[in-house]
Amino acid sequence: MSLIINLAYFVAAVLFIVGLKQMSSPTTARPGIIWAGVGMVLATVVTFAHPEISGGVNYTLIVLGIAIGGALAWWSGKKVQMTDMPQMIALYNGMGGGAAAGIGAIYLLQATPETVTTTGMAIAVIGSVIGSVAFSGSLVAYAKLQGLMKKTLNFPGQQVLNLAIIALVVILGFVMALGDGTIGGGTLLAFFILSLAFGVLMTLPIGGADMPVVISLYNALTGLAVGFKGIVLDNPALMIAGIVVGAAGSLLTQLMAKAMNRPLKNILFSQFGGGSSAAEEEIEGTMKEIQANDAGIMMAYSSKVIIVPGYGMAVAQAQHKIWELTELLQKRGVDVKFAIHPVAGRMPGHMNVLLAEAGVPYDIIYDLDEINDEFKTADVAMVIGANDVVNPVARTNPDSPIYGMPILNADEAHNVICVKRGRGSGFSGIENHLFYAENNRMLYGDGQKVAAELVASVKALG
Amino acid sequence: MIEISGFVALYIFMLAAFTGYEVISKVPVILHTPLMSGSNFVHGIVLVGTMVALGHAQTPLEQAIGFIAVILAAGNAAGGYVVTERMLEMFKSSKDDKGDKA
Repeated sequence: MSLIINLAYFVAAVLFIVGLKQMSSPTTARPGIIWAGVGMVLATVVTFAHPEISGGVNYTLIVLGIAIGGALAWWSGKKVQMTDMPQMIALYNGMGGGAAAGIGAIYLLQATPETVTTTGMAIAVIGSVIGSVAFSGSLVAYAKLQGLMKKTLNFPGQQVLNLAIIALVVILGFVMALGDGTIGGGTLLAFFILSLAFGVLMTLPIGGADMPVVISLYNALTGLAVGFKGIVLDNPALMIAGIVVGAAGSLLTQLMAKAMNRPLKNILFSQFGGGSSAAEEEIEGTMKEIQANDAGIMMAYSSKVIIVPGYGMAVAQAQHKIWELTELLQKRGVDVKFAIHPVAGRMPGHMNVLLAEAGVPYDIIYDLDEINDEFKTADVAMVIGANDVVNPVARTNPDSPIYGMPILNADEAHNVICVKRGRGSGFSGIENHLFYAENNRMLYGDGQKVAAELVASVKALG
Repeated sequence: MIEISGFVALYIFMLAAFTGYEVISKVPVILHTPLMSGSNFVHGIVLVGTMVALGHAQTPLEQAIGFIAVILAAGNAAGGYVVTERMLEMFKSSKDDKGDKA
C-alpha cells in the first residue's frame, strides 16, 4: 500500500510541474490546470489509505472537512466576478497558509522528548510562522481589495512595533526549537497569535495599488510554508509542490514589482507617494474637452486606433461595449489594437483576462514592449480608465514617485482621447501631464456610458 | 512512508526551487494572473498534509485544529482550481484561437 501511495505522490508531483509548465502558453494552459487537478485528486484519494491516519472520528472529520471547505470554495469560485479575481486568489491563498500553520500547530502540540529533533522542530516552527503570516496577511489583502477595509493604517512607531513582534516570534521559535519538545500551551498560543498579528500589521499600511505584488508574495510564502510542512511530514508531494510554487511565486513577485517600478522593500516598508507633493511642478497647457460624438467620428475616420484600457474600464464594465466599438471600427477598415501595460488591471495579466471575457481575441492585444513604438503611427490613442500608466511624468520628472516606471507612450499618437469619470487625479494621486497635452482631449463620463455613445456615433455614420 | 532525511531534503528543496524558477521564467505577461492562480491551486496540496495531521490527532484540541486546517486546505485546492479553470477557459474560447501571440 505504501508503495502505491508513494507512487501516486510521485505522479502528482510530476503532474503539478507539467501542469505549471503548460500554463506558460495560451494554447496548452487549459490542459495544464486540468492535469494539475488530476494530480491533486489522485494525491488526495490515496491519502485516505495513509498508514498514519487512524480512528473513525478522524476519518469522518476529514471527509466532512473536505466536503465543507471544498463545496464552499467551489461555489464561491464559480460565482465571483472576473474583476474580483485578485482578492479571491488572496482569500484561497490565505486558506492554504492557514492550513500549513494548522499542520505546524498539531506537530508542535504532539512533540515529545522522544520523537523530536532540533532540525524537525526548527522547520516546523519556520513553516508555522510563514504560514500564519501568509494567512492573516492574505485576509487583510482580501479585505482591502474587496473594499471591506478602506483605509491604510499608519501610526508612529509602526516599524518598531513590527520589529518588536517579529523579534518576539523569533525568540519564542528558538525556545521551542531548542527545547526538548515539551511546549507550554501559553508559549504556543503566544507564538501563533504574534505570528498572525505580524501578518496583519505588515499588510495594513500597504496601499491598494501595491496589493497584487503583496498577494503574489504571500502566494510564494504559502508555497514555502507548504514545502516546509512537507519536510516535517516526510511527504515529497508537499515538498516539491510547495517549493516549486515558492520559487515560482518569488520570481513572479519580482517581475510584478519590477513592472511597477516599485522595489519590494519600498512596498513592504514604506508608504506610496511619500514626499511627492514637494516635487509637484508647474503644468503647462489646459485640459480640453471633447464630446463622445466627435470622438467617435474621429476614430471612425482613422486608419489606426490604439486602445489603452485600465482598471477603470473594468470597474465600469465597459469592456463589452469597447469590443463592440472595436468590431464596428474594424468593419470600417480601421486597424484597432489594444495596448496593455504590465500593471493594467489589478495584477499583471488581469486585463487580458477581462478583455478575453468580453471576447477580444488575443492577437490584437499587445504588451508594452511590442506596441510602444507604434503609438507614433497611430491616429488616435484612446485611454480608458487608465491614468498613471500613460503619465509622461514617469519619463521626464526624476522627482516624481513614478519616475522610471515604463509607460505606454500614448502621448506620441497624433490624437489622444482620455476617457475619465471625473476630474480627479489617478490611483496614486499624481497629476497626469498627458491630460494637459496639446494633442489630448478629455472625454468625461462613466466608461460604459461613454463607450455606448461612441458605438452609437460610429453606427450613425453607416 | 519513505524517510527523507537531512541532505536529501536539502537536495529536493534545491532542485524544486530551480524547477519553479525555470517554469515561470518563460511565461508571457498575459498569463501571469492565471498562473499565479494556478500556482495558488498547486499549493492546495497542503490538503494531503492536513489529512495526515488530522489523521493522527489524538486530543479534541488537535482534532479541532486539524478539522479547520482540512477545511481551509480543501478551500484552497477547490477554489484555486475553479477560478484558474474559469480564467483559462476564456482564453480558449476567444474566437481567434491562434495562441502564438505570446
